[in-house]
Amino acid sequence: MGDALVRIAAVGKSFGTTRVLDGVDLDVNRGEVVTIIGPSGSGKTTLLRCVNALETYDEGSVRIDGVEVGFRDDRRRPRRDRDLSRIRAATGMVFQLFYLFPHLTAAENVMLGLRRVRRMTKQAARERALHWLDRVGLADRAGNLPSQLSGGQQQRVGIARAVAMDPKVLLLDEITSALDPELVGEVLAVVRSLADEGMTMLVVTHEMQFAREVSDRVAFMDAGRIVVQGDPETVLRSPRSERLRAFMSRVSHVSSPGVG
Amino acid sequence: MHYNFNFGLIWQHFDRLSGGLLLSLELSVAAILIATLLGLALAIAHVSGGARVRAPIAFYVECIRNIPLLLLVYLVFYGIPSIVNLQYSAVTSFIVTLSLYYAAYLVEVFRAGLLAVPRGLLDAGRAIGLTAPQRLGYVRLPVMLRIVLPSLSNTFVSLFKDTSIASVLAVPELTYGAQWINNNTFRVIEVYIIVTPMYVVTGYVILWALRQFERRLAVR
Amino acid sequence: MSSLEILLRALPSLWSGLVVTLEVSALSVGCALVAGLLFGTALLYGPLPLRLPVRTVVDVVRGIPVLVLIFFVYYVGPAAGLDLGSFAAAVLALSLFSACQVAEITRGAVASVHHGQMEAARAIGLTFRQRLLWVIFPQATRRFLPPWINGVTDTVKGSALVSLVGIVDLMLAIQQVIGRTYRPMPFYIVGAIIYILINYSLSSASRHLEARFAYVRD
Repeated sequence: MGDALVRIAAVGKSFGTTRVLDGVDLDVNRGEVVTIIGPSGSGKTTLLRCVNALETYDEGSVRIDGVEVGFRDDRRRPRRDRDLSRIRAATGMVFQLFYLFPHLTAAENVMLGLRRVRRMTKQAARERALHWLDRVGLADRAGNLPSQLSGGQQQRVGIARAVAMDPKVLLLDEITSALDPELVGEVLAVVRSLADEGMTMLVVTHEMQFAREVSDRVAFMDAGRIVVQGDPETVLRSPRSERLRAFMSRVSHVSSPGVG
Repeated sequence: MHYNFNFGLIWQHFDRLSGGLLLSLELSVAAILIATLLGLALAIAHVSGGARVRAPIAFYVECIRNIPLLLLVYLVFYGIPSIVNLQYSAVTSFIVTLSLYYAAYLVEVFRAGLLAVPRGLLDAGRAIGLTAPQRLGYVRLPVMLRIVLPSLSNTFVSLFKDTSIASVLAVPELTYGAQWINNNTFRVIEVYIIVTPMYVVTGYVILWALRQFERRLAVR
Repeated sequence: MSSLEILLRALPSLWSGLVVTLEVSALSVGCALVAGLLFGTALLYGPLPLRLPVRTVVDVVRGIPVLVLIFFVYYVGPAAGLDLGSFAAAVLALSLFSACQVAEITRGAVASVHHGQMEAARAIGLTFRQRLLWVIFPQATRRFLPPWINGVTDTVKGSALVSLVGIVDLMLAIQQVIGRTYRPMPFYIVGAIIYILINYSLSSASRHLEARFAYVRD
């Protein structure tokens, strides 16, 4: 196991008296797809958001390529806005509720980061944006506003927006949970193809089928800790943890029909 | 009722009304620009700043919003030159006053708008690496402006109607023109029959124009 | 004479002016509430021959500046042969302006009560009158009060304009005192403080009410 791209070590976070994250250890290696599953309130989204500093953590360390995300030095002083900008530019995040910029077209949504953070010229940014929109199957929608797109289309634009920045790791936060069932497939297809090309991903999802088929590793989180992790077959087919078995039996009643 | 209608006298002096309407619009445009810039700056400061910034802004807003515009007009035109060695024309004084007055209203409008921008959009901005000033300029403000456009339209029309207060400083806008005609021809019914639609229609035109602008923004 | 002495000497004039301001405001608010509720109800539930003229009057009155309305009502009386007296004319104008505002607030408050409420009420068999009384108006009231109180502060601020047709309210009293003492700033400040005290208490009451009703979700 070489130097992991993302190294989460003993991360803890309290919110008042609630322990949101309670000693989490997780590594994501280059090219790996790691999926986190678990009940709501288990802290999986919070953990994901710690990786690109959308959330702060009190204890432990989150490093991307050796660089500590949350603090700027050993005295654990918070990072400055400029540095955070650079760190976040190296990660890509796709959100459950898409959060596309409503006043910008699909192409402009993708171009915003390219022009203002990567400082590309308008022409170069547009080319890159159109390339990635084509890659997610939306080349013909480049000039549409988000209000003119379906949920699945908006989410694919969200993926293009994140990936166009050429991130080291892609963070996916329940990206299909807000979609109508018939739109889930097109989004997962895109993610699968990115994974096949070697994109490093940390995924939080309810889609068990997806977790099984695409992940290299699955981690089950509950009450702020990772209870069990390992390869998908072992973890999901024959769960040895009591809590995991309980969670999976609950989820099997609501999981969507076969995806893909 | 013994009243002989005579519109001829009105048409004779119509230039006071048409010129007055033009001046009212000019006063409005000037005040709208200044009030919007000032209100926006203060709203951003209020939302981003600490208590030490918020307190004076809140104080300013509360004071201005609770006094009559007429009082503020007198205070700026007569009061301030009496204690400070400044001289300015009635028009300048009125534009400054109207701007200060409406900036206070706009601070509240913009503040509500800024807070109404969904937090997730700002997270999305963070996620692609935008810095705080970039998020403000490329995400928060554009989205906020689209949210507040309806309230903004109504505020602008109110401002236009309040230019009538300039008449107390003998600024020859529309209401002053109407009163001049009234006082010199005694044709009060006729003059206000003419002036009323001038105000009402102009107000509707302003609303219509802003609604067109709103629609343009939504479709591109 | 020191500033304080000048101020104290002026107090009686300012006080009578304040009383007139409060009288004008209270009368206007009262008349506007009654008339405004009537107009609003006509706009919501009246037959077309009633709705149209009311709609027109409301739109026209709200489309002109308050000052224009005050001047018109003040001067039109004598010109047409009716003499109301300046106080009555001013109050009439201010009331009319506020009434149209109240009409719009009423319309908005009732319209904002969810359509489903009327349907549910109809479904349990209430008559039109019963639906209005027991379901719609109670809910509309909580949406009516905060903007209405804001309207009251607008009326108080608008009352300052009656000074321009010779009514000796607080605003004109201040002008007169300044005319005697040649000290504009102190009296403008005092006037501002008085208006702020009146209106701030009103808007605090409005905010308090809004908070109290906030538990009801739309």
